[in-house]
Amino acid sequence: MPLPLSAEDRAHLEILQKQIDVSPKGRGRLIPLLQLAQKALGYLPDEALSLVADHLAVTRSEVYGVASFYNQFRFNPPGKNPVKVCMGTACHVRGGEIILENFERKLEIREGETTDDREFSIERVACVGCCALAPVALVGETLHGHMAPSKVEGLVLRVRLEKEKAQREAAKS
Amino acid sequence: MKITLTVDDQTIQTQDNSSVLSACHSAGIYIPHLCWLETDAPADAPAACRLCFVEIDGFREPVAACAVTVENGMTVNTGTVAVRSLQKTALKLLLSVHRVDCKPCPANRACQLQNIAKFLGAGLGCKPFERVLKEPEVDVRHPVLDYYPNRCVLCGICVRICRQQHQQTWLSFAGRGFNTVVGYFDADPDAAADCLSCRACLEYCPTGALVQRLADDDR
Repeated sequence: MPLPLSAEDRAHLEILQKQIDVSPKGRGRLIPLLQLAQKALGYLPDEALSLVADHLAVTRSEVYGVASFYNQFRFNPPGKNPVKVCMGTACHVRGGEIILENFERKLEIREGETTDDREFSIERVACVGCCALAPVALVGETLHGHMAPSKVEGLVLRVRLEKEKAQREAAKS
Repeated sequence: MKITLTVDDQTIQTQDNSSVLSACHSAGIYIPHLCWLETDAPADAPAACRLCFVEIDGFREPVAACAVTVENGMTVNTGTVAVRSLQKTALKLLLSVHRVDCKPCPANRACQLQNIAKFLGAGLGCKPFERVLKEPEVDVRHPVLDYYPNRCVLCGICVRICRQQHQQTWLSFAGRGFNTVVGYFDADPDAAADCLSCRACLEYCPTGALVQRLADDDR
């Protein structure tokens, strides 16, 4: 099930609508418009696909068909802490697949999806550039080398605890 | 203009702008094919299924008959060893992403894959290729049709016929590589309300991948 739109998404959609209204038409504009939509929202919800489809007078199936071909486009909102699991050669050899599976199980989402609270999303990436530390995962901007299945739970917990701490401090002040 | 060509020692006549496949088809000479529509000119043919190979004198290698325009005096062979070997491999590759479970399939005995396998004298196995199937077994996103990705051979005929009939297509390819599916991705159920009055995609589907959804108690 796709996640419901947030208030922020709705505001972005309105801005996008205005940008699309003044864009030129024609089938050739499809990919530039999809890029524009993803830039505005960070992802392509059904509503954004509809805006593009209506503007170009093509069906949304066709728009989705094109968008789903490219890795560049995503259909789930990026999480605040995107988890990127490296699937480069070195990480693959050292069990990157297993690390990915552990994140998927712990966060109860599949690769390419986002948790309901939009805290985490999981992606697979190609080489991160530090093969000596394989297998590697990025949580937000932080790189974690020599990953092991046992470390996954701790990483997720740490992010959640930090969030709670920040909320408590915000409540205090 | 009428032109003459020789196919398997038989002389046939055809229009000068037709494809080799179309010429053979009109003359009653069968060449296996899945993705070709009778209305396709050589330039529109997708040549995607890789089944309609023939050998033509003057060409070094076998060519897809749907994409070659006939020429006067052409000599075509439809059943050479090289052609049959290519066709059998192409069929195996198609079967490697196909759930061969014919009994409950509505296309059983009317299935193009079965017909082609029979014609080539090949089984429905895919050795030495690994069988790769998709999940889930049924896609119910369309309001009135069910799509079975593991029956679909991605010939694209439903997408093309839908565009021909309606100037735009309600069906589309999505995804890439082994994950490619054909599907309907509009959330608006009214958009596809007319689908049952058209049924072109259902009639043209060579494998029974698209079927009309039955009411729950008829399943």
